[in-house]
Amino acid sequence: MELTLWTYEGPPHIGAMRIATSMKKLHYVLHAPQGDTYADLLFTMIERRGSRPPVTYTTFQARDLGGDTAELVKGHLKEAVDRFNPEALLVGESCTAELIQDQPGSLAKGMGFDIPIVSLELPAYSKKENWGASETFYQIVRNLLKDHTEESKQTWQEEKRRPRVNLLGPTLLGFRCRDDILEIQKLLGQHGIDVNVVAPLGASPADIVRIPDADVNVCLYPEIAESTCIWLERNLNIPFTTTVPLGVGATQDFLRELHELLGMEIPKSVNESNNSKLTWYSNSVDSNYLTGKRVFIFGDGTHALAAARIANEELGFKVVGLGTYSREMARKVRPAAKALGLEALITNDYLEVEEAIKETSPELVLGTQMERHSAKRLGIPCAVISTPMHVQDVPARYSPQMGWEGANVIFDDWVHPLMMGLEEHLIGMFKHDFEFVDGHQSHLGHLGGKGAENINQEVKSKISNDSTNICADPIWTHDGERELSKIPFFVRGKVKRNTENYARQAGCREINEETLYDAKAHYKA
Amino acid sequence: MSGATLLKETGPREVFCGLTSIVWLHRRMPDAFFLVVGSRTCAHLIQSAAGVMIFAEPRFGTAILEERDLAGLADAHDELNRVVKNLLARRPEIKTLFLVGSCPSEVIKIDLSRVAENLNIELKGQVTVLNYSGSGIETTFTQGEDGALKALIPLMPKSDQKKLLLVGTLANAVEDRLTSIFNRLGIENVESFPPRQSTELPSIGPETKVLLTQPYLTDTARELKNKGAEIIEAPFPLGVTGSTLWIQAAANSFGIEKSLVDSILNPLIERAKQALAPHVEKLTGKKLFLLPESQLEIPLARFLSNECGMEIVEIGTPYLNRDLMKAEIDLLPPDCRIVEGQHVEKQLDRVRDSSPDLVVCGMGLANPLEAEGISTKWSIEMVFSPIHGIDQASDLAELFSRPLRRHDILNPKTLTSN
Repeated sequence: MELTLWTYEGPPHIGAMRIATSMKKLHYVLHAPQGDTYADLLFTMIERRGSRPPVTYTTFQARDLGGDTAELVKGHLKEAVDRFNPEALLVGESCTAELIQDQPGSLAKGMGFDIPIVSLELPAYSKKENWGASETFYQIVRNLLKDHTEESKQTWQEEKRRPRVNLLGPTLLGFRCRDDILEIQKLLGQHGIDVNVVAPLGASPADIVRIPDADVNVCLYPEIAESTCIWLERNLNIPFTTTVPLGVGATQDFLRELHELLGMEIPKSVNESNNSKLTWYSNSVDSNYLTGKRVFIFGDGTHALAAARIANEELGFKVVGLGTYSREMARKVRPAAKALGLEALITNDYLEVEEAIKETSPELVLGTQMERHSAKRLGIPCAVISTPMHVQDVPARYSPQMGWEGANVIFDDWVHPLMMGLEEHLIGMFKHDFEFVDGHQSHLGHLGGKGAENINQEVKSKISNDSTNICADPIWTHDGERELSKIPFFVRGKVKRNTENYARQAGCREINEETLYDAKAHYKA
Repeated sequence: MSGATLLKETGPREVFCGLTSIVWLHRRMPDAFFLVVGSRTCAHLIQSAAGVMIFAEPRFGTAILEERDLAGLADAHDELNRVVKNLLARRPEIKTLFLVGSCPSEVIKIDLSRVAENLNIELKGQVTVLNYSGSGIETTFTQGEDGALKALIPLMPKSDQKKLLLVGTLANAVEDRLTSIFNRLGIENVESFPPRQSTELPSIGPETKVLLTQPYLTDTARELKNKGAEIIEAPFPLGVTGSTLWIQAAANSFGIEKSLVDSILNPLIERAKQALAPHVEKLTGKKLFLLPESQLEIPLARFLSNECGMEIVEIGTPYLNRDLMKAEIDLLPPDCRIVEGQHVEKQLDRVRDSSPDLVVCGMGLANPLEAEGISTKWSIEMVFSPIHGIDQASDLAELFSRPLRRHDILNPKTLTSN
């Protein structure tokens, strides 16, 4: 039993719903009690969908449990097929139905429908949403392609046509998938590569059947599509890309990988230049102030990994924290964190993430909607890079994350919450004018740095709590406090803590201006 | 009963379960914690229904059952014990802990009352542990509050004091306002249940007269009656008429002179009617369809038809308690159609066939209907907004006139020659 106040991922049947709702001409009969119908609002509210998810909930009640729930399931199955007339039917159960073991999938298969039935077994008490989405997509592809016979497939060169690929993984309630698809299609078009099928988003079962017509699969979101890509490679001999084109460097790597898989010559342009403004913006003089900005990253595996690379290599930030809530992706995130000299934070507990943010005193947080709240409380700028997300993370404008335009969007989204270069100098210059409000951040509407003071308070109380067995707390003198106030608010908490630790170690009873400089030298050494 | 047609329907439903009521209950009693014993679905439901979470640490959470908890029940009880103790160690400010049953905990028959009993012995009164079920196989949406209140009743002290007890969660400002009106009428001893602090439970006895503020408190009303309290029969305090009748019923029960009641209420009624007028103009003649969810559908329909001139196409209600709803149904216009239960697909077919101007529905259905050109109002807003009482009648009407006003702004009628 695990105490949870808030969860990054829903249960696995929500993942199945993401696949079902992303696709067309598919219907999902979900054996579940009435409360589970809340899931519709995820799609109609967060994504502002103008149509209901294609889901029939059996909404069984306690009084049904004494009777024949199997008959109830069959009734709903028949009605759903009659009413919605899908090309294929998904059948599954949520956590409660899993306990009463009606086997709705087998029931459906015994009812003589003349459409493919995909029976889902998603263990609700051990797995989560992304796993459920991945498993559902895999089961759909496997079921619809199980009778596919591989005639000797010819290459695009032999068939004298343009190469074509599938884009696999985009779903509803994924991060900016809608726009990523367009951006990647544009990118591929520029290189003479056609898109065969995009799935699951926008695909019908008939489209899934056309997947084998492609030369290569592009795995855009490993959380959702990797297991499907592996199966397609093993069984239908379709190779897949492993680089996710998030950021300039990754987009270049992606193009190189894809050209190689397709047996195409890598165009010079891919190695020599790129079509994103990120590179120049990052090189421009104003961006000098970005150097070494401390950034904390937490999200799903794919976006967290990409963010770490972009922050480190393309924006010149210093990554001070990296983690994911996705246990399935921990294997990839751990070495990435290690390469940055960090230990990856793998957790589903947002309070642990918030603690880690406090501990590392970042100047920018890149996270999910929950880290946005945590960062707001702490008075630290934040940009959302990953699901779970809020309605405001589904913008009306074109706003991809992948490809060249995606890199542009990332530059803007991550840099705008920070102070601009010249502005930062001016604030430093006028800091002691009486009009100046401490923690001023010109275009940041939130706490304006006051949160950092709160951290100081907390840190102070914490230290005073656990310092009883060390020695009395050193006292801050007036000039010591004045010097501390000159330190930018976002690192002040850390400096204060370090100085106090130093003072205790050095046996100082009080901290004055000089102690601060001593501590600074001590920690730099 | 009036000529309302009562129909029953079964089929796929689209309603929240009783866990959802934690969203407002935890705000009403800030010293209480609601611990759902359930699955990841339960946790996800509450956080989704509560919208964006802005608290550092909320006063509700879920003890998520895992594979190994399902293996042996004795272990599940031990595990729950462990989780509760960790929670209480972390949150020493908690005075009352509600263990809330869910669909999975009910199906595997975790005995929450036993766990609560054992914890109460161990904790020796530092924290009171209670239990109720908010499971979707037994309760819908607002019924969760009924369960939580019922669980508190055994703790209410006995008293022979004459008093008026307002039962059902109200917005604090509305509660203050209604209390002051009763005071002016000469009813001095007015208390509320649930209280603002879980530890400050009102006392109860044969001299307690209960006035229900919400229509979904079936079990609570029955238990209060068993404790000797008298339930005052009245419509619910929504709209000018409903609120007036509701206050009058209490005044009657306390033997307050009618002239005094009139002298105090009439100016309020006059003022409320004036404030209502612009909304009535907007709402008159407009067709309204209410899908079942909050259990407030019947009182709302009564207000919107009788006082705002709306034409009622259908009133959906998750379940119908004829006793509690009698006064309301009597006030409904003749041949009003009430459908108990739901077949969401058939009901949506009827919505489309009747092309209503406004549909009251759950959050999952609102945007799909808006996309079809039908204006909607979220039913969950009714449990979050201060809508009770004479003074709030125009605010209540505004909730319904706003979507229509917006629709007109965004879809200006083109001038035609005829």
